[in-house]
Amino acid sequence: MFEWPLLSLLIWLPLATAVLVVFLGQSFETLVRPVALAGTLVVAALSVVLYLGFDSGTAAYQFEEKVAWIETFSVYYHLGIDGLALPLILLTNLIGILVVIGGWAIKDRPHLYLAAFLVLQGLMVGVFAAMDAMLFYVFFEAMLVPMFLIIGIWGGPNRIYATVKFFLFTFFGSVFMLIALIWMYLEGGSFQITDLHQLPIALNAQILIFLAFLIAFAVKIPMWPVHTWLPDAHVEAPTGGSVVLAAVMLKIGGYGLVRFSLPITPDAAATLDWLVIGLSLVAITYIGFVALAQSDMKKLIAYSSISHMGFVTLGLFLAFAIGRNSGEFAGAGLGISGAMVQMVSHGFISAAMFSAVGVLYDRVHSREISSYGGVANTMPWFAVFAVLFFMANSGLPGTSGFVGEFMVILASFHANVWFAFVAATTLLLGAAYSLWLVKRVFYGEVGNQSVAALKDINAREWVVLGTLAFFVIAVGVWPFPLIDMMEVSVSHLIDHILESKLK
Amino acid sequence: MLPLAGSLLAGLFGRQIGRAGAHWVTILAVAGSFALSSVVAWEVFFNDLPTMNYSVYTWAVVDGFQFEIGFLIDSLTALMMVVVTFVSLMVHIYTVGYMHDDAGYQRFFAFINLFTFAMLMLVMANNFLQLFFGWEAVGLVSYLLIGFWFKKESAVKANLKAFLVNRGGDFGLILGVAAVAYYMGSLDYAQVFEAVPAVAGQQMSVFGGVEWSVMTFICICLFIGAMGKSAQAPLHVWLPDSMEGPTPISALIHAATMVTAGIFMVARLSPMFEQSATALSFILVIGAFTALFLGLIGIVQNDIKRVVAYSTLSQLGYMTVALGVSAYSVAIFHLMTHAFFKALLFLGAGSVIIALHHKQDMREMGGLARYMPITAATAWLGSLALIGFPFFSGFYSKDMIIEAVKASDRAGTGFATFAVMAGVVVTAMYTFRMLYLTFHGTTRMDEHTRSHAHESPWVVTVPLILLAIPSVAIGYLTIEPLLFGGALADAITVLPANDVVAKLSEKFHGAFAFGIHGFVTPVFWLAMLGVAISTYVYLFNTQVAAVAKARFHWIWRLLDNKYGFDVFYQKGIAGGALMLAGGLSKWADGRLIDNALVNGCARMVGQCASLVRRLQTGFVFHYAFSMIIGLVALLAAFAWLR
Repeated sequence: MFEWPLLSLLIWLPLATAVLVVFLGQSFETLVRPVALAGTLVVAALSVVLYLGFDSGTAAYQFEEKVAWIETFSVYYHLGIDGLALPLILLTNLIGILVVIGGWAIKDRPHLYLAAFLVLQGLMVGVFAAMDAMLFYVFFEAMLVPMFLIIGIWGGPNRIYATVKFFLFTFFGSVFMLIALIWMYLEGGSFQITDLHQLPIALNAQILIFLAFLIAFAVKIPMWPVHTWLPDAHVEAPTGGSVVLAAVMLKIGGYGLVRFSLPITPDAAATLDWLVIGLSLVAITYIGFVALAQSDMKKLIAYSSISHMGFVTLGLFLAFAIGRNSGEFAGAGLGISGAMVQMVSHGFISAAMFSAVGVLYDRVHSREISSYGGVANTMPWFAVFAVLFFMANSGLPGTSGFVGEFMVILASFHANVWFAFVAATTLLLGAAYSLWLVKRVFYGEVGNQSVAALKDINAREWVVLGTLAFFVIAVGVWPFPLIDMMEVSVSHLIDHILESKLK
Repeated sequence: MLPLAGSLLAGLFGRQIGRAGAHWVTILAVAGSFALSSVVAWEVFFNDLPTMNYSVYTWAVVDGFQFEIGFLIDSLTALMMVVVTFVSLMVHIYTVGYMHDDAGYQRFFAFINLFTFAMLMLVMANNFLQLFFGWEAVGLVSYLLIGFWFKKESAVKANLKAFLVNRGGDFGLILGVAAVAYYMGSLDYAQVFEAVPAVAGQQMSVFGGVEWSVMTFICICLFIGAMGKSAQAPLHVWLPDSMEGPTPISALIHAATMVTAGIFMVARLSPMFEQSATALSFILVIGAFTALFLGLIGIVQNDIKRVVAYSTLSQLGYMTVALGVSAYSVAIFHLMTHAFFKALLFLGAGSVIIALHHKQDMREMGGLARYMPITAATAWLGSLALIGFPFFSGFYSKDMIIEAVKASDRAGTGFATFAVMAGVVVTAMYTFRMLYLTFHGTTRMDEHTRSHAHESPWVVTVPLILLAIPSVAIGYLTIEPLLFGGALADAITVLPANDVVAKLSEKFHGAFAFGIHGFVTPVFWLAMLGVAISTYVYLFNTQVAAVAKARFHWIWRLLDNKYGFDVFYQKGIAGGALMLAGGLSKWADGRLIDNALVNGCARMVGQCASLVRRLQTGFVFHYAFSMIIGLVALLAAFAWLR
């Protein structure tokens, strides 16, 4: 039977659609949006095929495609996914549809806007599916370009500062990754990620490589203290840009840690896990406080994202501390699975919150909390969604926000009581900043004229928010399918990282 | 039929949004679940149905942890189910009258239905995960309902406060759950209880060097969760403010059911709490403090609902005291009787509020017994139950708590005995003060309001009457089977050494004899003392109150400020957190990291670049030369690394 190159299709179909959309251009403007939507829908349908065809019983890479690309340097166009990549690909393609629907009302050069998102979507799938480090790097860098344009062209008044900051920050980080990759190529003669996983490396070299990767991915996640580009980027980005940035691009940092840092340099990770855990705990609490002080809704959500991504990095690096504390590794998988679930869940919730802010911004053109008040009076349905999403953001059980946090807190208790103690402060801080925002924006008497004139969400916004609400609740009530997808890969990863690969 | 009963119960409660028929759908749903709960309870108590413990579906399997969603049905659950669904049903019916002309009528029914579902999930859970789910879900609905009138500034302040203070408790709870997962390796009740003996002797170090018993740590963490939900000092501050919500939910959530979740949890987890005398002493002292000192505040409140709210705090303190002396069944017994008579009192207060067009200040009431005889009569019955008048339900449960405290030898019982005895006087004082100010004495409302004051419609009075019956009789009927007949024995574990209830049973000679004996106990005379004081001060010589207030101004001030808890939270914690937040945001994040480090680097690069610009000479050999230097440097670095 002929095997479709599914992963390639998932990568290149959005790009092809993007080209088509650009060519349709302004001359056939009415067609631009339906074509873009159709493209993302086909991609989503293929993702479902991918999900159905995926065997969660094995940690092996599936749907592999391998073609020589630059043979002199043994660089291959090599794709494949395991249980760690699949959920993120599904997330990416779901968000892809919602962004197109959400961007329906864009007036300024919609063909370019949609094309940029389609390109971005394809490249992000490429990042998750790449099995060759160079290929990963190419996608990783290329991805910056459409986002750079999206913020720079369709962004707010201070967009140039934000977009340059965004670009320089992430570019600065990835250069270190490139150096590390080249060094390992010289050492082992291969860019295949699976080969790199097996490559024995001395401890001091491992530490340098680990740090190089950490810089690259920490900027992306972002971890404290290299996070300051994110609030600026979010504030200036258009709604769709914020959605993709928060929902998917941040996850690439977390994915990088799982795919590169942990398995390639496990001994360095074991040596330096205190660093990552410490930064994560700082992110959870310190950023939680900073979020509390924000007066701009998008900034608040951006800081909340950083704080939630702290759970991802915390969960990923608990394994070694658990081993030191209890002499065994029960609970390590809980941490890593929790981190993965947290990534997916945060994808839904942050996308939902930014979409919600977008809904308000489209009507009132202000992101300031103080410009609102009593929105629930004029937009009751919207308020229902918003309260749900902010509750999910504060980790309410029954929503996806709870699952990952809960698992990571349980795991962190295995490592150290105080890790759990500090991590659990998010229960208070997360609820405080989320619900205080809800109180100031949605409750109370109608705040002013513009709030009084608000109309409730239209069908298009219903679809976006409703879809996200469905997933937020579904994962919260029954996370089994999601966790089952990656369970075997996670335990495989743990077995791998606990084995020293010192030279 | 029975294995399905539990899941059917939950299934009945989708969040039903009807339009005109909203209340029919929701009332029928609750009525159906009440009927099913009754059947379950009947089977459990009379047909000796064995404990059912089964899982409905697998929530997740991670790393050897099996998270299940399932139900545990035993006597404790069955009792709670009946109480919850009965009170909920009464409140549903009552709401038809109370919320009659509110714009959010369907929303309200949807919320209270959702609440009933969440509460049942909580009591029927067979594991900690689901307990936590129900726990937070009732908190969510409580949040939504306190802020039901979201246009009211005070209401949305109160709901935020309620949620955050509860989150403070949940902080402890989740740490406790995490500790359970770590030490017991499971979150399933049955498996955890099996592992308890193995863990009981273990120590852990929390603060460097200081060894804690693991069980004490777990139990105190879990109890902190209970302190939030069951409003024990110092996490009680949200409950009085929660009175901003509509009265039906004050009755349902903030008196009868949700606030007792903490009591229920400790009773459910009795096999764990039994292992830690330290934790139980902690519970005892907290409970005793709450019972006495928060009751005192009730005496100076003027808002009728707040009086009842402080009374609830105080009664929850009593339950907690019972837990603290290992008299779990007595705590549950008081929980049950309290649910009935406190719901009755709240709904009675609500009935008064309807009659007075949503005025709640008792200083503008008085003499209402003439206008609303049914409300007044049922309020009297509820009050007598509350102060523990012999033969009323509250008498049996409260006296048993006092007897249990006396019979116990746990550390802290001295203080607790004093607190619960003094609490009796206080309870009688505020209860009768409320009765007199509301229903008797001179009428103090304005002419317009008085001319409109009349008895409430039947949807309001029928629930009052139906609640009055158990408030009077349930104690007499159930004390013997519940406490001494071993009806709860399958759910509650008490170590023989701690078993105060067994000691009490030697002295117990039937409910009737106990009631007769009740007239000659010091407790009865203490209650009568409280009644007498109130009668004198508020009925016969109303000047005394003002004089006393002036004479003991500082005490009054202290009580009126609620011992400063509110101020401390508002200024100290909330204000402090916001100041810290603002400081971190402006100085650390804004100035230090973003401005100094990030933009500073950028500026530095800019300056370097202008220096380096001079290096860009345009001569190819310069470039070639620098490339060679760079290459050599890189190679050297690699060589060194190898």
